[in-house]
Amino acid sequence: MLDRKRLHLRAAFFRFIRSFFDHHGFLEVDTPIRQPVYIPESNITPLKSEKEYLQTSPELCMKRLLAAGHSKIFQICHCFRKEEKGRLHLEEFQMLEWYRNGADYYQLMVDCEMLLRFLLINLLELQAEKNFAATSFFSGINLDHTWERLSVADAFARYSPVHLDQALREGQFDEILVEYIEPYLGTVAPVFLYDYPVELGSLARKKADRPTLAERFELYINGIELANGFSELTDADEQRARFNLEIAAIKANTGGDVLMPERFLSDLQQLDTAAGIAMGLDRLFMVIINDQRIADAVTFSPEDFR
Amino acid sequence: MLTASDLRKGLKVQIDGNPYIVTDFEFSKPGKGQALYRTKMRNMITGNQLVKTYRSNDKFEKAELEERKMQFLYSQGDEFHFMDTENFEQLVLTREQLGDNTHFLIDNMELDVVFYNNLPIDVTLPIFVNLAVTKADPWAKGDTSGNDTKPVTVQTGYELQVPPFVEEGDKIQIDTRTGEYVTRVKE
Repeated sequence: MLDRKRLHLRAAFFRFIRSFFDHHGFLEVDTPIRQPVYIPESNITPLKSEKEYLQTSPELCMKRLLAAGHSKIFQICHCFRKEEKGRLHLEEFQMLEWYRNGADYYQLMVDCEMLLRFLLINLLELQAEKNFAATSFFSGINLDHTWERLSVADAFARYSPVHLDQALREGQFDEILVEYIEPYLGTVAPVFLYDYPVELGSLARKKADRPTLAERFELYINGIELANGFSELTDADEQRARFNLEIAAIKANTGGDVLMPERFLSDLQQLDTAAGIAMGLDRLFMVIINDQRIADAVTFSPEDFR
Repeated sequence: MLTASDLRKGLKVQIDGNPYIVTDFEFSKPGKGQALYRTKMRNMITGNQLVKTYRSNDKFEKAELEERKMQFLYSQGDEFHFMDTENFEQLVLTREQLGDNTHFLIDNMELDVVFYNNLPIDVTLPIFVNLAVTKADPWAKGDTSGNDTKPVTVQTGYELQVPPFVEEGDKIQIDTRTGEYVTRVKE
């Protein structure tokens, strides 16, 4: 259970996030946590709730709202991912997602920089106001330092023992990323790792000039991944084809059947260009207050029920 | 059969005909990527370390182990002598095989010796053991440094953090699973 100081900081953290988006003209929305369909992604498994599912992300509903014509929306909600338990993972966690109609992933990187600087300034003020013992937020990482944008291919060239193409061919992409690359990302200033192989971003738009890449990025601080953003894939036919690949992979792994999110695909036809991002808030709060385990940054963790 | 999601510290599995105990374990999952279980294991016979990364679908066999009630007699250098309390047969385990368990072994202690294919390879300790404190700094009353623990050494040479009121000569209870202080005991 969180101590008094952390509980106050956490409440302020959520308050500042809301005021940031309010100030920038975003509409706060809320969508059902429990839904009859889930996003077919082979590496993310939902928790069942009777005959429905607890959301792994509000992404589909958020994009249906964009398709209905809303231009800037955000949501803070609980998400659930089965069997994701570890130092940096909780099966239930708080997610922040924001979406911009008519924008691409570069705009989201700018948003990230502004949001995190805004949080830092306000948390420092609050700390002084409340006379909390000084905490070095973000373990002293200088947010004003230029945030590097590093392509996935360049990151492999810089840190990996094998070339990106070879890692993909041999199915070693995730292992190499975790083992050789992530520990070096965002240790001086935050880093955006961007332009992922297209097969690793099933809802992201392909780059117009390099169709083997998707316009997707991840934000890293201190080797920890905090957010995943991309230019949205808005071609409903291509989205259906990519979902079919994911559904086939889920069937091969689990033997289970997965419903195609038809209402989402039909609404997607109304969407032109858009960009959206998901940020894990418990993990971000952990990084801000320099805790080592996500379980130490949430009000109650599973350990508090043992 | 076990899968990678069953992996946890202390789990004993069989790999290529050898029993391994998981000594360290970290779940990681890059965004949109696969779940990876980065695992450190110790070969329970040779003591060799094995570092491996598993994925969700990887499967394991549980190590087939047998336990027998024994008494710890004494240690000599790196050799630890045990006796079967039923047939009085004796056997020896090395410091390497016992690993951190040596921190909690005291003469005449009853415990389970673990066998793999009739070979003794390890011990299972009682969950709680009582050990005498042999070295402790005195507690300065009115200490305002805010430290709520201090280091002490117990009779086996093991060092741990305890509350400041624990003194030399006290007996303390330790949880052998975590190596942490539980309480002071009166005898």
